[in-house]
Amino acid sequence: MAQLSDAVLFEYLHIEIVGYIHRCADENEKDHCIAKLESLGFRVGQSLVERFTRESTRFKDELDTMKFICKDFWNSVYRKQIDNLRTNHQGVYVLQDNKFRFLTQISNGKQYMDVAPKFLAFPCGMIRGALANLGVNSVVTAEVSAMPACKFQIQIQRT
Amino acid sequence: MAVCVAVIAKENYPLFIKTIPTDNELKFYYTVHTSLDVVEEKISSVGKNTNDMRELYLGLLYPTEDYKVYGYVTNTKVKFVIIMESSNTNLRDNEIRSMFRKLHGAYSDMLCNPFYTPGENITSRSFEEVVLAMMQQD
Repeated sequence: MAQLSDAVLFEYLHIEIVGYIHRCADENEKDHCIAKLESLGFRVGQSLVERFTRESTRFKDELDTMKFICKDFWNSVYRKQIDNLRTNHQGVYVLQDNKFRFLTQISNGKQYMDVAPKFLAFPCGMIRGALANLGVNSVVTAEVSAMPACKFQIQIQRT
Repeated sequence: MAVCVAVIAKENYPLFIKTIPTDNELKFYYTVHTSLDVVEEKISSVGKNTNDMRELYLGLLYPTEDYKVYGYVTNTKVKFVIIMESSNTNLRDNEIRSMFRKLHGAYSDMLCNPFYTPGENITSRSFEEVVLAMMQQD
């Protein structure tokens, strides 16, 4: 029961953060909202991953790290695993979640498609932060095709 | 008991070093610095013999005349180094391991402090208390 209420708290808190940041922004700085949410997520992901990897063994390679994000990280944050992980083995990973927690409260169908991005900025930042702390620099984008399902594309930056 | 505890960032610069007060603290800095090469070596050997060496605790890095140097690397490539007096012969590996676990716990708690920017020197008082407790054991 405690776990259940924890999960709901996180969801409400996230909705409020998104609402707050958009309310506080001026008309001409709406673009900053997404960036701000993303950087919030980055910091959260960075701290979370330090905590979650405490018990796990050392990761072999990049794919091992990705599997950790899909399974343990996703499970700890959203109480479910990623449904599908695909990669082209050249630094692009696509994580598909068929029932993404932050989108389940929004009605299905095309009506609210344009508000989806602001609820996905924080999760994107969180993935990026987690990976960055694990030593993988990346760019993370999200895409919604049908409402509760959502795809995160991770592009590894090699320099 | 530990005579020196150090936390090294993933880019290999020191985040935190605490030594017992002695005349030549610099010697400990030097020892920690040298140990980083051994840490590097131990990490890069992962993959060749896959089943061992996946643990975060690296074990004894190297002994010197008076001290023993132990290492631990988190998944985020932050290194912890503890130097013990080798006169303390009845020290078990498991004790060292649990010391590192405690240190890792304190570090990840410290990282969750919103006023701490990752990569900065560690100034947290509660983290320092954990370290001091390790140095004052028995």
